[in-house]
Order: sequence, then C-alpha cells, then structure tokens
Amino acid sequence: MQEMLRRYGYGLTFIMSLLVAFWLLAMVVVPNIILLEFSFRPYLPMVDVGGPKDVYSFNNYLTFFTSPIHIEVFFKTVIYSSLVTGICLIITYPLAYILSKVVKPTDAATIFLMLLVPLWVSEILRSFAWFIILGNTGPLNALLLYVGLIEKPVRWIVNYQGVIFGLVYAYILFMLFPIYNAISALDTNQIEASKDLGAGTIRTHWRVVIPHSKPGIASGCVMVFMLSAGSVIVPSTLASTNSRWFTEVIQQWMFEGLDWQVGSAYAFLLLVLCIMFVSIVMRVLNVRLVDIAK
Amino acid sequence: MSEDVQLSQVCMDFGNFRAVNKVDVTIKAGEFFSFLGPSGCGKTTILRLISGFMDPTEGAVKIGGVDMRGIRPNNRPTALIFQNLALFPLMPVWENISFGLEVRGASKEQRRAKAEELLQLVDLHDSADKRISQLSGGQKQRVAIARALAVEPKVMLLDEPLSALDLKLRQHMRAELRAIQKRTGVTFIYITHDQGEALAMSDRVGVMSQGVLQQVAVPNEIYNNPVNGFVASFVGENNVFEGTVTDEKAGKAKFETAFGTFGARLGPNINKKSSARLYVRPEFCELKATAGKDNSIPVKVSEIAFEGNFINVFCEDAKGLTRMVQMQNDPSSPPPKPGTKSHLVFDSARAVVLAETGVDRKA
Amino acid sequence: MTAEKFGRWAMRAYLAIFLIYMLLPLAVMGGAGLNDSRFPSVYPWKGFTDRWFVDLWADERMWGAMLNTGWVALAVVAISVPIGTAAAIMLNSLQSKSRSFLYGFMVAPILTPGAVIGISTLLFWNNFGVSAGLHLSIMGQVSFIAAYVMLLVLARLQSFDPGLEEAALDLGASHGQVMRRILVPHLYPAIAAGALIAFFQSVENFNVTLFTRGNSDTLTVYVGSKIRSGITPTINALALLLIAVTIILAAVYEVLRRRDAARKAALIAPEDA
Repeated sequence: MQEMLRRYGYGLTFIMSLLVAFWLLAMVVVPNIILLEFSFRPYLPMVDVGGPKDVYSFNNYLTFFTSPIHIEVFFKTVIYSSLVTGICLIITYPLAYILSKVVKPTDAATIFLMLLVPLWVSEILRSFAWFIILGNTGPLNALLLYVGLIEKPVRWIVNYQGVIFGLVYAYILFMLFPIYNAISALDTNQIEASKDLGAGTIRTHWRVVIPHSKPGIASGCVMVFMLSAGSVIVPSTLASTNSRWFTEVIQQWMFEGLDWQVGSAYAFLLLVLCIMFVSIVMRVLNVRLVDIAK
Repeated sequence: MSEDVQLSQVCMDFGNFRAVNKVDVTIKAGEFFSFLGPSGCGKTTILRLISGFMDPTEGAVKIGGVDMRGIRPNNRPTALIFQNLALFPLMPVWENISFGLEVRGASKEQRRAKAEELLQLVDLHDSADKRISQLSGGQKQRVAIARALAVEPKVMLLDEPLSALDLKLRQHMRAELRAIQKRTGVTFIYITHDQGEALAMSDRVGVMSQGVLQQVAVPNEIYNNPVNGFVASFVGENNVFEGTVTDEKAGKAKFETAFGTFGARLGPNINKKSSARLYVRPEFCELKATAGKDNSIPVKVSEIAFEGNFINVFCEDAKGLTRMVQMQNDPSSPPPKPGTKSHLVFDSARAVVLAETGVDRKA
Repeated sequence: MTAEKFGRWAMRAYLAIFLIYMLLPLAVMGGAGLNDSRFPSVYPWKGFTDRWFVDLWADERMWGAMLNTGWVALAVVAISVPIGTAAAIMLNSLQSKSRSFLYGFMVAPILTPGAVIGISTLLFWNNFGVSAGLHLSIMGQVSFIAAYVMLLVLARLQSFDPGLEEAALDLGASHGQVMRRILVPHLYPAIAAGALIAFFQSVENFNVTLFTRGNSDTLTVYVGSKIRSGITPTINALALLLIAVTIILAAVYEVLRRRDAARKAALIAPEDA
C-alpha cells in the first residue's frame, strides 16, 4: 500500500482501491457468505420471514443427505466429470507436446488461430453441434452406415454417453492451452539432453516433460472439472432419459421449487466440491494456486 | 541558475537497516559533486532523498536553503538521470525531451522548439522524430540528459548513467558531461562506484562506505591524502603493512611491522601505540638492486604486467605477500625479469599510517 | 519408412484428426442452417436455402435477445476493464504476502462454477431489494470476467519498468499524468485484449445469466430455450452468424496480439547506429 501511494498518489490509489474493494466485496466475498448464510435458513412464506420460524438449521443439507436420488446424481456428476477430465488430459497431452515441440512455431500459431473459433463460440452451440451429429438420423450414423461399420443406426445419446461426448468437446481446449503453455516453456535442450543420456521416449516424458508441465496439467484439470461439474447447458442438451446432472437439481430447486434456500445449500455443495477438487489437485501435483490460475 | 544542496545530519532507515548514517555535507551551487562508493554504500539512497522519492528518517535535505521535507519529486527543482536512463519507449525522442514541459502545459510549438534546442546542446542533430529503440547507447545518454535539462532544474542528479557504456564511449561521455555542466552551470550531483569517473569529472568527491560519508575533498586530496584505510584502499592501489605506531612527532611516525620499522606520515585520528596500517601507492615505490637505508624490504619479482603507458611489477616479499610497484614505460630502462631478487623502497613522506575507520568531520 | 519418420507422420495425422474433430462439428451445425430440411441436419442434403435466415430475421424475440446481449456485453466491458486493470496495478505494487492473499480472492471467481456465481449474486442483491434482471447478470459476469482482465494486464505489467513512472514524476508530472501518459499507453494492448475477451465471455455466458436474468432474454438463453422446445434450423442459421462474428473478432484479436508482439520485438531489437 505504501508503494502504491508513492507510485500513484492518494487520489488514484483511492479510486483503484475502491474499484477493487467493490469487486472483491460486493461481487465475490460477501455474495458467497450470503449464499452460505441463506443455505441454513428455512423456506418460509413472506409473512414468516424474520419471524420466530426463521431460524438457522441444517435442514436444507439434510434434504440432500436423506435423498438417495440426489446423492446418486451428485456422485455420478463427480464420477463423470472426473472421467471427462481424464479423457481430455489423455487426448491433449500428446497434442500439447506435438504443438509445442514438433510443429513449426508458425504452423502452431495458425492452428491456434483456427482453434480460437471453437474456443470462443458459446458452449451452448458447441453442445448443440453434437446434438445434431449424434442424432439417430444424424451425420455420424449416416457416415458409419455408408462406410458399412454399422448396419442400423446406433442410439448415441443413451445414459451419460451423449453428455460425455458434449462435455469433452466443449471443454477440451481448456486442457490443451495450459498444458501447451507449460511445455512451451520447457527448454528443448532438456528433452534432447535426456535422450542424449540414453533415456527412451517414455522415460523422457515421465522424468522431464511431465514434471515440467505439471502446472499446466493442474490448471487444465481444475478448469475442465469445474466447467463439467458446473455445466448446465451440455447435460440438458445431450441428456438421455436417465442422465441427470447435479446442476439440473439445483435448477429445479431454484426455478421449479422456488426454494432458494435449498438451492443455495445445493449450490454450496457444488462449490465445496470444486474447492476440494482444486485442493486435491494442488496437493497431488504439488503446485501453487498461482500456477493454476494464469 | 543553480542552487546549493545542503544535507544536514541525514539518516535513512529501512526497517532495522540504516542505509544512510548522519551524512552532513553542503554541495555548492554550480558544483560538480560526486558520491563515490561501493554498491550498497547508500549513495543511491542519498540521490533518492535529494530527488524526493524518499524523505529522510532524521535530518534534513535543503535545496537553496529551503527544507524539502514533504515536497514530492514533481515539485522539487531537481532532475534525475536514472541508471537505466528510463526513457519512455513509446514516445519519440522529442516527446521524451519535452515531457517535462508537456506536463506543465506548454504548447506543442514551444515543446518542439525546446526539444530541438536541447538536441543541439547535446550534439544530437536530426534525431527529434526517431524512436528510442533506434538510438545507440551514447545517443540515449544524450537524450536522457536533454530530457532532464528541459525542465531547467537547479540541481541535476545522475545515478551512474555511464555504467552501461563501453570504455571508449564512457571516457568520451565523461568529458561531454563535464562540458555540459560547465555550459549550463547547473549543480551536478553524480553517483558512481567508478573512482576514475569521480576523480576525472568532479570538483569535489564524497567517498561513502556503509552509509557513512568518509571524506569530502577535491579529487587530488582524496587520492593523495585519504583520511582512513577505507578511502585509501577504495581509491587507487596500495601496498599495505600492518603494525603499530611506536613513536610520533610533528605528524611523522615510526611504525613497527613484521618487516621492520618504517617512517611515515601520521594520518588523522591515530594515537600512539594504536594498531593501524601503513599505506604506500605503487607509483611511489621503487625497485632497487641494493637495500635502502630506511623503508626498504627485500622482494623477488614474480610477474610483469605491461599496461601501456606504465608497467605494474608484482613482487613477492619475505612472507609470501604480493607487493606492487608501478613504473613509467621507458624503453631505455626495461623492468626487471621475473625471478630477479630486488628491494622495494619508498619515501617516508609518501607513505601514510591510517586508522581503518574514522571520519573526516571537517567537511 | 523409418521409425522416426513414421512417428512424425503419426503425430501429424493425430493433429489433423484433432483439428477436424474441433472444426467439423461447427461446420455441420452451421451448414445445417443452409439445408432446406425441416430438422437441423446436413444429411440428407435437401438443397440450399436461405429461409432459416428469413425466419430468424422475422423472429422478434431473437432481436430483443440480441439487443440485450449487446447491452450486457458492453456494460460488462465498461465495468470489468477498469476493475481488472486497477486490480492488476494494485497487485503489482504489493509485497509478496498480501499480494498472494489478494491474488487468491481475485482468481477464485474463475474457479467457481457459473451456477454458484449466479445464485450468490442473485441472493446478494435480493438482500438489498434488487430483483433479478439483466443488471444482475452484468454484476455476476463482471465478478469473474474482471479476473480474466486482471490476469492479462498483470502479465503485461511484468514487462513494465517502474523507473519510467519515477522518471515522469521527477520531470514534474502529476500522478494522473503518469497514469495517462506512461502506464496506460504501456498497458494498452493488454487492456484492448482484455476488453475483447470480456465482450466475448459476456456474449457466450450462459450459466451466470441463467440464474440472474429474471424474465429477460439474452442470445444464449434464447438459443437454450429454443433447443429445449421445438428445434428448427433457425438456430443453425443464428449459429452460422455467430461463428462468422467469432471468426472476425478472433482475427481482430490476433492482429492486436501480433502488433503487440512486433512492437515488443522492436523495443528489444539490437541497436543500430
């Protein structure tokens, strides 16, 4: 603060501090505290709000823990989000390596320019694209029938299959970019030194490239998991009859049940899930928050 | 045109660390004054205290008799030339130079004219519209000087601005800086760790160590009459002997060392019997085939370094320590060959016994 | 074919397949907007038509949603850019401990699911009697988009020499002049990129908007409801238009980025003369 005053004077420091304080307090910290506070309050008719019935309790959370269906949806969301994260990691790690160390930098720049389009097109359109492709009479079935790989149209959108297709497509670039950045920062000489010392391809990756790309992997995993678990539009677009996502339950409480209190409790559980995932990734990969959010 | 700068008992603390300790000196109006010292001695802090980026913990900085406490850098009659010059990369040369006028609300014509005038002064013609990245190191120096002069400062502060230049250019810029200072008559306060720079350019030099101003004097006084061991060894080379003062009379001392007893002048702040060091410059030492009557030690020549106009002869004394003798280059009397046994002799009037610390408070 | 050659070939093939995987679905979706078929599909191809664009043009709800999206995005840019820039400048002049503390709070919204941001924003403003609507969508979106701007500007600040600020102050500039003439011009490329990204993030945002919008529509919410109710290829026509806009803006972004890179290269270019 001393340095800021010295560099920018009282007026500017005051204005900048005000902006930042407004952001962090009114948009980040206090809203989340209120979310937490709200999640302990009962859902009451207007007249009873603030009255003797308006007391804190764990009832909203008990609603969740006594509902086997909601618990199941929660865990399926966790499992399938983790699966999506894993699939994205496996697909993009080799790509990130190829783009940063094999392809010419100018070619890589062109490829990234092309990838900006799917990155910047809304996720709703990204999942809608797969809704068309995976349709019973859609292009994928048409192609496979034509090639002769299948004899009658396959139902792609069953169970969580469609959702997984959609989530991987929607968020895979959030895995690719950070890993690419991390591997790009690795001096190519180190890879050559490792090979020169007799290490094979797998060992070189395991001992040199992967340790170096850990911050990127951490960042990608956190983003993909958070976006998947928190996705609203992909699970609803590509849902089958028996694939429910935790965010849909939250929506039900908020919009159909109009029970914002239970909705807050469920939203808070989602937040806790993401915080837990971030801390597990930080612990397992031994990285700092600064490495994840860049 | 210019103002004097008065530092009275200035102290600056950073946490528990005292970077500047009771510095007390008056820099006269129109003077070229250098603060000379190793890195970390507090000289840059002094510059920042004068320019107003900091206020002293104790004591006062006065410019032209006015106490500067609380006056921000933008309101002080000083201009600072930064070590890395800090030219604005996104502005062309002339906007850089006239930036100080721009912020004072001068019109574009005025600013342009002033920039052209200053470019003439620093010998940079036709560069007004160049970008900073198109300039060479020496040209950047000149732009930095012109930019500082544009605000017509009473006091110019220079933070080792020549350190990034190569040797040739640096020597040229020394003369240039000195000439600009004479032409403009502005008080120059120059910070450097390069003794050659300080001695060659300055009217007076202040030698600093560990936050303390050790000695303030004209350059030849600093070199010839250092007040303590630090000044003697930081400025120039010396042959040093440790020992004790055994006798003292009228500024002359008898000094007992492991190599015998030598005669020398007695420096300030030294008492009889106190342990001290004797310093004698290599250019005041001679090599002789036979031992002298006084102030003579036997040595063996170990190495010759030919420097051009002079020659450094390195010898080894009886204890295995290296001694140095400097002689003029004279083709008719070549230096002795390595391995030659010889005697290092010096005049007692040219040797001085000094305490390790102890400050000249007269300044 | 040697093993190494095969390896290079395989890597290129993998890369090509990935690019097709990323781009083809968008082409399929956009292409369906031109197919004269009642259901959105490119197969079977029933001939070229522009009727879905005509339908889209006539859809008043779409126009309303588009207008709303534009207003929201502009507001988000106008609020998040100053906040993000101020936050980056503040972080940059803080010491390590308070710096990482604030940094944690600032990046947290990026790592928070949109639904949580949406609901907490809704509850926060409801406390003050502000009911749901696009103004809350703006607040919710700014909370995480400002963090993106902050990260971009912070990265740019790494290459800024604070000595330039001191030099300007020393030459008599006021703090405001230092900001306007020295710091902001240096940050300009990052601020421009931040504004563009903020605009995009706002336009494509669905989760936060869904929970905060009240009864108003934005384009994404409109598309979402269309997908849930009866689908007609007008959505594909809209998608095609959005993809076209994305391509144009992505190109603008790239030009900005390259110009910045070129300028950076010029600043560190070897000195002539």
